[in-house]
Amino acid sequence: MSAYLTKRISYMLIILLAASLLIFSLYALTPGDYISNNIKLSPERKAELREIYGFNKPLMERYGIWMKNAFHGDFGYSLAQQKPVLTLFNEYIWNSFLLASVSTFLTWLIAVIIGVVSAYKQYSWFDTLVMVLIFAAMSLPSFFIGLFLIKVIAVDLKWLPPGGMLTTGSNATGWAYVKEVIRHMTLPVVVMTLLGVGSLTRYFRSNLIDVIKQDYIRTARAKGLKESKVLFRHALRNALLPAITLVGFELPALFGGSLIIEKIFNWPGIGQLYMQSFGLRDYPLLMGFTMLIAILTVIGTLISDVLYHIADPRVRLH
Amino acid sequence: MNDLIRIDHLSTYFDTEGGKVKAVDDVSLRVREGETVCIVGESGCGKSVTAMSILGLVEEPGGKIVNGQIHFDGKDLLQLSKNELRTIRGNDISMIFQEPMSSLNPVLKIGEQIMEPLIVHQKLSKKEARERAIQLIEQVGISRAKQIVDSYPHELSGGMLQRIMIAIAISSSPKLLIADEPTTALDVTIQAQILDMLRQFKEQSNMSIMLITHDLGVVAEMADYVIVMYAGKIVEEGEVVKLFQSPKHPYTQGLLKSKPIINQRQDELYSIPGQVPNPLELTDSCYFHDRCEHCMDICRTKQPALKEVTGQQKAACWLYEEALVHA
Amino acid sequence: MSLNSTPLPGTIGSKITGPKSSSLFGQSMRRLLKNKLAISGLVVVIIMFLACFVGPFFSPYTDNKINMAMMNKAPSLKHWLGTDAMGRDVLTRVLQAGRISLTVGLASMVLSVFIGALLGAIAGYYRGIVDQVIMRIADLLLTIPGLPLLFIFGALLSDWKIPTEYRMYIVMFMLGFVNWPGLARMVRGQMLSLREREFMQAAVVLGLRDRRKLFNHLLPNIVPLLIVIATLNIGGSILSESVLSFFGLGVMPPTPTWGNMIDAANNLIDFQEHPWLWIPPGFSIFATVIAINIFGDGLRDVLDPKQKR
Repeated sequence: MSAYLTKRISYMLIILLAASLLIFSLYALTPGDYISNNIKLSPERKAELREIYGFNKPLMERYGIWMKNAFHGDFGYSLAQQKPVLTLFNEYIWNSFLLASVSTFLTWLIAVIIGVVSAYKQYSWFDTLVMVLIFAAMSLPSFFIGLFLIKVIAVDLKWLPPGGMLTTGSNATGWAYVKEVIRHMTLPVVVMTLLGVGSLTRYFRSNLIDVIKQDYIRTARAKGLKESKVLFRHALRNALLPAITLVGFELPALFGGSLIIEKIFNWPGIGQLYMQSFGLRDYPLLMGFTMLIAILTVIGTLISDVLYHIADPRVRLH
Repeated sequence: MNDLIRIDHLSTYFDTEGGKVKAVDDVSLRVREGETVCIVGESGCGKSVTAMSILGLVEEPGGKIVNGQIHFDGKDLLQLSKNELRTIRGNDISMIFQEPMSSLNPVLKIGEQIMEPLIVHQKLSKKEARERAIQLIEQVGISRAKQIVDSYPHELSGGMLQRIMIAIAISSSPKLLIADEPTTALDVTIQAQILDMLRQFKEQSNMSIMLITHDLGVVAEMADYVIVMYAGKIVEEGEVVKLFQSPKHPYTQGLLKSKPIINQRQDELYSIPGQVPNPLELTDSCYFHDRCEHCMDICRTKQPALKEVTGQQKAACWLYEEALVHA
Repeated sequence: MSLNSTPLPGTIGSKITGPKSSSLFGQSMRRLLKNKLAISGLVVVIIMFLACFVGPFFSPYTDNKINMAMMNKAPSLKHWLGTDAMGRDVLTRVLQAGRISLTVGLASMVLSVFIGALLGAIAGYYRGIVDQVIMRIADLLLTIPGLPLLFIFGALLSDWKIPTEYRMYIVMFMLGFVNWPGLARMVRGQMLSLREREFMQAAVVLGLRDRRKLFNHLLPNIVPLLIVIATLNIGGSILSESVLSFFGLGVMPPTPTWGNMIDAANNLIDFQEHPWLWIPPGFSIFATVIAINIFGDGLRDVLDPKQKR
């Protein structure tokens, strides 16, 4: 296991290094930068600032500097926000995590329950309905459903606020603060859950359908166990096992925010920060964010693999 | 001996894409107390489906018991509610299957799987059930029972797993044990051990066994009474010695002829010509007619009924009907 | 000791092929026709295509003439989905936009399936160094988050001053390019497992040449999988295109697509007061993609029952 881990981790690092070079070059190619886009500055001042931030140096040298700093835990300094990138991440990432963790929890909960029931009642009208809803959820254009719900529920019906995390000018504290945040996060959480729940329900449903056909389920029934026990003790455990690999894949979504949803709902998360910075061409922040996602993706994949090895008694030995 | 279980006119059909398949078609049989009945036939002849019908384990959707009664312990199993049937499964009637490797849940420990029926049927506590599980593992001839109880199925060999299945099956001292090809997936040497073990438990507890197999060697070794099935119907039944000595139905004759005999080298092994008919294309005829050496006109147009040919032996074949008519 | 006659085709209770079965293709089509949900999906897809490609010919407003007298009118009998800020008929615009969105979706699917299948097949077939290179590139691309990548490409397009009428072609390439690695990985996996199967070992024993083995024996076996992936991919591509165009980085006006029509919602007044401008294209995307997904899933059941995700 440790030899395997060493090999995996070193490969991970190589991929990340290659990815960082590629991403850096791509952002370097991207037209415009924060200084040139700023109309308030005089041409002389612009040249001066470019010199200071090292924008005139050749690409590879700039990458080298970035990399060296990154190894020292310094991911650069945001020009637009005038703060270190990591400090900014720390400010915004937890807002993203709040949205993502609640919606991920709801997504898994709903997906497991509905997936199990519809697999158990395969071909029933309930199952057909679930299948249609699954496809509907999988086919939603994320930005559109966000806009649509804002229009209907926030603008027309005025049930919930249309965006943000707090009402503008609010200085609520304590319980009132919590209530206000919950009101604001309801719509984005609903949309994110909707977007994720389709494919996951389908995954559980088809896993469970496979498991129910297995010989050991027949054995469990022949033993005289209750159907609920057969389903939740014998079948669900086996169906959940491959799903453990998915936990790792959720990692980028949990901490990386959602570009589209946070933008649409004006949620002060890291995805929204990225979208703002992209318009401003705030490269240190863009680079930092993209690398953050890449790192989370790679670590997530590793976690998935390791979890799978730990969870399955058949693989555990080898 | 009293009848332990009596199946009357059981019919189990499957809806498939091609149409309706009569997997079990008007089958009647009985197993008496302490008796071993073997059901013989090729794969797909309906022998497993018959067994599954008894425990209400026919795969739904698609499979459905359309007719018949199964009398057991003064009740008709087909009329019982799901809950009532559940208290019989694994308790009064238990079952072991063909593939020990896939019949145990890969993510649950052996011990947990043995304990489940003990807790459900015997109402034992977890601790008592575990003690009993260890005893049972020892009883089926596995040493290191205390270790095995905490291992997972993939850590055991096929033969050991089948012993575990037997341990689960006998844990509640059932009156009837249904064994569906229990040795087919195992090595020959292990096969003999497993069969010995079944026989031993049967003698100890006077339980009855319904043994489903396609292996005539197993039949010869185990059976008191033999039922031969073909395309969902019983074509012949009788006491084992009589049936082996003088098989009546041409199909049974073919089966016995195709069994190689030790010390008797034949130039060519006999095999029944032709193939099992497509279950979707069965017409009103003897289903065996196009493979039968004695096929007559009536065989192609009318189905023979299962009738007594000699005392203790029945066959469904026009040869004997004619004989009766002419006599 | 066992009986030596042929067992039944398939165990009782499992699927038994009908007696009328002719070719594999004919069988599959018959099974597909029985799947009502899948067929209704197909019908919706066909209607959508017909409406977008033929529908505008029956509209009196195809010329998109600017009509200041008819600005931002709500849906009426004359204009079923109302008019936009330039007095153009929204329904006609939606259908015309559908042409572009569907074309982009189809074309980028073809591209990504082509690249993905080819590279995946080569990697899985030749293995060794070729496999290493292709799969490492795929790993690398899979590590980089897709949306930022598309955003960068979109910004580059704007910088290079690509004329808007050509932008849609570049967007097709972008989407095709971003999608291939996952596909290559799947095809490679299939190839690797196929290689180990008996009939391929037979082909090796027969001494068949590489090209023959690859094209006559291996590729036909993954075609069902490819058809299914390709179908589902169209839906995904339509969604991606709409996201890009919505953020002004994909296909740009005056070329209408469903995505950039929803851009109207970025204007607060249009968002609140003129929902007919952006809700119809949104529902068009939704209806098309759901129909494609349902049909694709039915196709999967028929062509590739083992493959599931």
